[in-house]
Amino acid sequence: MSEHGSKTAPIAGAHAGETRRDFIHIAAATVTAGGVAAVAWPFVQQLAPAADTRALSSAEVDVSKVPLGSEIRVLIGGQPFFIRHRTPGEIASAKAGDTAQLRDPATDDSRLVKGADGNLNPAILVTSGTCTHLGCVPVGPAQGSVGEFGGWYCPCHGSHYDTSGRVRKGPAPKNLAIPKYEYSSPTMIKISL
Amino acid sequence: MSGPSTYEPKSGFTKWMDERLPIIRFGADLMDFPTPKNLNYWWTFGGILAACLAIQIVTGIVLAMHYVANTQMAFASVERIMRDIDFGWLIRNIHANGASMFFLAVYIHMFRGMYYGSYKNPREVIWILGVVIYFLMMATAFMGYVLPWGQMSFHGSAVITNLIGAIPLIGEPIKTYLMGGPAIGDPTLNRFFSLHYLLPFVIAGIVVLHIWALHVPGNNNPTGVSVKDVKKDTVPFHPYYTVKDGFAIVIFLILFALFVFYFPNALGHADNSVEANPLQTPAHIVPEWYLLPFYAILRAVTFDIGPIPAKLLGVIAMFGAIVVLFILPWLDTSKVRSMRYRPVARSLFVVFAFASVGLGFCGANDPDKFVFNFGPDKVALVYTDTNRQPQREVSDDYAALRARQSALPPTAGAAIEVQSEGFKWLWLSQILGAYYFLYFLVFLPLLGVIEKPKPRPASIADSVRKKHGSATPAAAAH
Repeated sequence: MSEHGSKTAPIAGAHAGETRRDFIHIAAATVTAGGVAAVAWPFVQQLAPAADTRALSSAEVDVSKVPLGSEIRVLIGGQPFFIRHRTPGEIASAKAGDTAQLRDPATDDSRLVKGADGNLNPAILVTSGTCTHLGCVPVGPAQGSVGEFGGWYCPCHGSHYDTSGRVRKGPAPKNLAIPKYEYSSPTMIKISL
Repeated sequence: MSGPSTYEPKSGFTKWMDERLPIIRFGADLMDFPTPKNLNYWWTFGGILAACLAIQIVTGIVLAMHYVANTQMAFASVERIMRDIDFGWLIRNIHANGASMFFLAVYIHMFRGMYYGSYKNPREVIWILGVVIYFLMMATAFMGYVLPWGQMSFHGSAVITNLIGAIPLIGEPIKTYLMGGPAIGDPTLNRFFSLHYLLPFVIAGIVVLHIWALHVPGNNNPTGVSVKDVKKDTVPFHPYYTVKDGFAIVIFLILFALFVFYFPNALGHADNSVEANPLQTPAHIVPEWYLLPFYAILRAVTFDIGPIPAKLLGVIAMFGAIVVLFILPWLDTSKVRSMRYRPVARSLFVVFAFASVGLGFCGANDPDKFVFNFGPDKVALVYTDTNRQPQREVSDDYAALRARQSALPPTAGAAIEVQSEGFKWLWLSQILGAYYFLYFLVFLPLLGVIEKPKPRPASIADSVRKKHGSATPAAAAH
């Protein structure tokens, strides 16, 4: 610095060693950093889901078509969701017991959504189809295995979910997630990612 | 020229590293490289080209994440990049215009090398590697232009592959291997995509050789006079030329951005916004602007020579126009590098530069249209005479022709049409194409013998001192 900065005298000697060349270096580095950041942003953001992918991030499902005691599975943007039509027995077992003792405490009602009439519809349970352990898709009544608690069983590492989709046994840390959804009519739901 | 390394590792780590992988020394020596102190802005295009290659590779890698190399989906996938991918429009516009910017810079870089004699002893290998890079750039650009699968993509690639088919004996098999089928299709698109991704890295490898070869004799300079005294004639590459190149790159990027943001389609062709249709060729097939001079040379050959048909001769001329660049160091027989001191060669070079650009315009225009008209248009009466022979009568007098027309029997099928006479683009491309080859094959070899060069400065330091009117060497300030 001193070699090149010698021609530009320090300003009034007040700031020893600080020269106009220092200012130029700092200003140039700042502008360069700003430019690099401005260019980097689009190149990172292009990795995000594109507009057409985002446009496919919700789906409407007719829940009246789900057979009693079974479920249907839908893919939204490649992600699986379970829509289960529970029997009165399954509903009763979901509501029974002390939920505070569970690994991920939640009441059955907290896992339901109000319908168009303002009441919960306990017959229809909508959950994510992704095991909270490592992302496998648990098997359910349609695959002939519901686990020890009547809900779902994850074949990858043996997590058991109950009829409310709550984890009861195995390595999964959380209950099956409840997606964002709403009743657009008494029988139609709209699930969004 | 660089001499022994002056780098001295200071810290423990750099000493440890220097004994194992002297990469810090390598970088330090590059930055310290003695560079002639009189390089002008024409010398910044090497740095600009490095930036262009980096931009094309980075944007290209991103585009390859979204592009689909399939004839059914390629065009739609490009539309998706433009409409749905976040900033896809920006990245594709940079890549598409980046090709044009790359060629603009490479042409300036090559003209600079030709004007200042940078290809001459001892820099022949630098020049040849540069021509190899240029040739690979053309191949890469051509294959990249096919990928969007527009009308120009498809029919342009059909024309080029058919060119190769014109080569006797080996042409047809090569063409078939290139296309992977009876016509341009999915196999062609897939191999072009693969090679379009590969070749830029090959280019980058040859760029390393190009720079390596440059660092043996060091840079040429506007006087063409070799460095005599490293202390007086040169300055370290950093900070003198990192800053100068950096400034030039910024100016160049402003021009680049102007195209990307304000005229993104100005250098492209409207027909490529229409999806490829193998059943319908666009009315006017043209390559991208940077290939137009060679296209003009190809089309300029409309005559057979002996047993060689015009089609093959055109292909020979077109490839010859590039091949001649490889032997340029030996075609130019003059010992004087810079054309500053070669008055005749300098004039002929300026004409050559205009001829090259002019050939570009010839390539863009219909060869049978006119550059300018000879006088006002006339009218012609065309009909079939009683011997069933076609007849044509040209006149200025429309009324008289009209009377002649009504006098002819209906079986003559008489009609009146506009008759223009003018100077065809074809003829211009033949004149300029002839000059292109004359310059390399006749003028440059001869001039070295007959031209009397002007006196050259004794050294680079001397020329700088003279320019700035300073008599004492000590005052040569920088």
